[in-house]
Amino acid sequence: MADNVLEVKHIFKAYQGVQALRDVSLSVGRGEVHCLVGENGSGKSTLIKVIGGVVAPDRGEIVIGGRAHARLQAIEAIREGIQIIYQDLSLYPNLSVSENISLNQMIEKGVRLTTRKKMQALAAKGLEEIGETIDLDERVENLSIARKQIVAITRALTQGAKLIIMDEPTTAITRGEVEHLFSVISGLKARGISIVFVSHKLSEVFEIAESVTVLRDGNKVGDYPAAELDDAKLTFLMTGQSFTSSPYRFDETRRGEPPLLEVRGLTKTGQFTDISFSLWPGEILGIVGLVGSGRTEVALTLFGLNSRDAGTILMDGKPVDVKSPEEAAKLGIAYLPEDRLNQGLFVARAIGDNIVVTILKSLLSRLRLIDRPKRREVENRWIERLKIKTPTAAAAAFGLSGGNQQRVVLAKWLATEPRVFILDGPTVGIDISSKSNIHEIIRNLAEHGMAIVMISDEIPEVLRNCNRILVMRKGRIEREIRNVHEMTEERLFDVVTARRPEEVQ
Amino acid sequence: MNTKRSNNLTLLVLFVLVSGVMVVSLPTIFPSLRNMQNMGRQLPEYGLLALANMLAMITGGIDLSVVSITSLSGVLAGLVLSSYQTIGLPTDLTIGIAIAVALCAAFLCGIFNGALVAFAGVPAIIATLGSNGLFLGVAVVLTKGAGIIGFPPAFLFFGNGNVLGIPTQFLIFVVVASLVGLLLNKTTQGFRMVMYGTNPLVSRFSGINNEMVVVKTYILSALLSGIAAIIMISGVNSVRPGYGSDYLLLSVLIAVMGGTDPAGGFGTTLGVVLAIFVLQVLQSGLVILGFSPFFRKSAFGFLLLLIVVFQFYRSRYFQLRLSSAAAREKLQV
Repeated sequence: MADNVLEVKHIFKAYQGVQALRDVSLSVGRGEVHCLVGENGSGKSTLIKVIGGVVAPDRGEIVIGGRAHARLQAIEAIREGIQIIYQDLSLYPNLSVSENISLNQMIEKGVRLTTRKKMQALAAKGLEEIGETIDLDERVENLSIARKQIVAITRALTQGAKLIIMDEPTTAITRGEVEHLFSVISGLKARGISIVFVSHKLSEVFEIAESVTVLRDGNKVGDYPAAELDDAKLTFLMTGQSFTSSPYRFDETRRGEPPLLEVRGLTKTGQFTDISFSLWPGEILGIVGLVGSGRTEVALTLFGLNSRDAGTILMDGKPVDVKSPEEAAKLGIAYLPEDRLNQGLFVARAIGDNIVVTILKSLLSRLRLIDRPKRREVENRWIERLKIKTPTAAAAAFGLSGGNQQRVVLAKWLATEPRVFILDGPTVGIDISSKSNIHEIIRNLAEHGMAIVMISDEIPEVLRNCNRILVMRKGRIEREIRNVHEMTEERLFDVVTARRPEEVQ
Repeated sequence: MNTKRSNNLTLLVLFVLVSGVMVVSLPTIFPSLRNMQNMGRQLPEYGLLALANMLAMITGGIDLSVVSITSLSGVLAGLVLSSYQTIGLPTDLTIGIAIAVALCAAFLCGIFNGALVAFAGVPAIIATLGSNGLFLGVAVVLTKGAGIIGFPPAFLFFGNGNVLGIPTQFLIFVVVASLVGLLLNKTTQGFRMVMYGTNPLVSRFSGINNEMVVVKTYILSALLSGIAAIIMISGVNSVRPGYGSDYLLLSVLIAVMGGTDPAGGFGTTLGVVLAIFVLQVLQSGLVILGFSPFFRKSAFGFLLLLIVVFQFYRSRYFQLRLSSAAAREKLQV
């Protein structure tokens, strides 16, 4: 017991009647890497905040280094060596690396005067301890997210961290950077520092954690040694459901028919070069590539939101000139954008408004006025068809969960009866059960003859749902993968990140 | 949805309250037919301009050129009207031409504003401030700074006549306000204006032609100003560029007071109409009670600020709830 850096015992916490945590206990040993997993709303964030002293629990106690606290203040948690690195990292973007690393501890210690030299010495020492080198005078905003994380970790260490909690550290960094982060974490572990790693990416959980605590709906499901878990088992523990998935099969004989969409030599200087592919009805074509590979830019060009310098787009074999989303919609091309909250959804507006915005013309009466009964009928039909959880179409979209919001965006485009549907990150920020539901919707659409393009960061998602995959890198199509069922996640990762260039060709 | 309703309720209560106070303190004069007619004659002039600004604000813009558009269309209509004896056309036809000229001029002003905002990407507040000076300048040049007088007597019907005891311009106002309500609630343009005002980026990603929506909005706003121009010049039987310049800020403030969100996306015709009524009752009451015009101005200013501050806090409360919901979701990813 004395070995445990942190023990959380029987924590209860309710927000306005909603029980966020119910009798949750957690213990983290010295030098242990502990993973905390759970879906959205399972109570992960609340638990972290309780440990950090940001949120006071209703009941229960927190034991740090043998000392029990019923109510912990944030500053006490820090003094006890608990450091939380939130997803936004809480760095000062306009300050230098050395200032960022040293500022917090000076504030904590009440240092009022300092010199640049002292700060640099502190920062340099901290970075050296974890074997990293970053230009101390560089402004933090100019660093990549992965480098910023290193700065945040160093800052935590120089404040005497014994336990570092990282909230979703891998969501915004590349595969290679994840591995680097993991090696840093191993280094910390060797020094006896404990890590609590919050993640919902299953593969990473197995890669790094020794023990896993699963939360579901505010309850603790259990503690498990990572070695005893696998993908399916963990998914079941998190959701209470099991999901079977088989790769999507496309009837290859249909390739005899002419393609629905054909792209030839599409080029835009600085964005993408010589993009050519064809798409048949009933296909789910995956496009993978790192951020900046040009995948979204190509999609925007097909949707009329991005111009092109060369190349042709053909629908049904006829060249088309898509100059605006309006024209794209008329041609039967729909696009579900990457950024749901800023591009896809009128968050402040009613669900119904969001659904009918693309098809207003079809709702007009003979007097060219919007026909209310017709409108309600369309709204309710889509809410029912896509199982959007809401008491009424008049409820604002901001109250919905991520999965339901995404279904509203899907509904808004499906209402236009598109023939080609481009989905850019269809399940970003959506929890597992909603995710599989959205995948089901997409596969169902393809089975009924819609041509789907699925752009995604998540390799497993693409592998499971696409019958063909294009890998993009630096604005070019690097490779087309036709036999998706023979591909493994690891190999596709390598192709995407170009880690084994000899395999690419 | 609920905020819209509760806002209109606030205004309705305020209207009843202000009217009640006026009726109690002026039991014979205030509820008299004469006073009612007076109020009905005054409010359409700035009421139409307030509706114009409401439309612009719903798209997240503003139209600071409304009064100048009335000046320019008024001057052009006045030039046609004052020459009715020299041209020799039938009076009715001349009046028809004058109205058409006024509305055409307003239409062109609207296209100009809309193009500046939609295509040149000039912020509405700057674009319409600039065109405000431009339109007024053209109006002044056309009249060489002097007023135009001498319209056909039949034309005075729009600003001085009654239909069944109701002032003509009030009837025009009611019809136009109803059409604006219909526009916002039942037409594709109205729906798109609201959606565009809520989030222009999402609206572009939804296949809405943002530029067209904006241009049409400023055309509509200008047309309302053009109608106001006809009422104004008919009411005073003359045109002088710059007439009604006080109405500009009044129209902006009434639009906000009526619950329109200057950031775009929210606004109801009923709310703005109620705000117009509240202000007219207050205005007339204070005149009859013999308060000095300066006191009246400060009383208006005070009332407007009070309501706007009240609405600011309420909308902030709403925003807070919205952002905390968004934050909750973010933290739980």
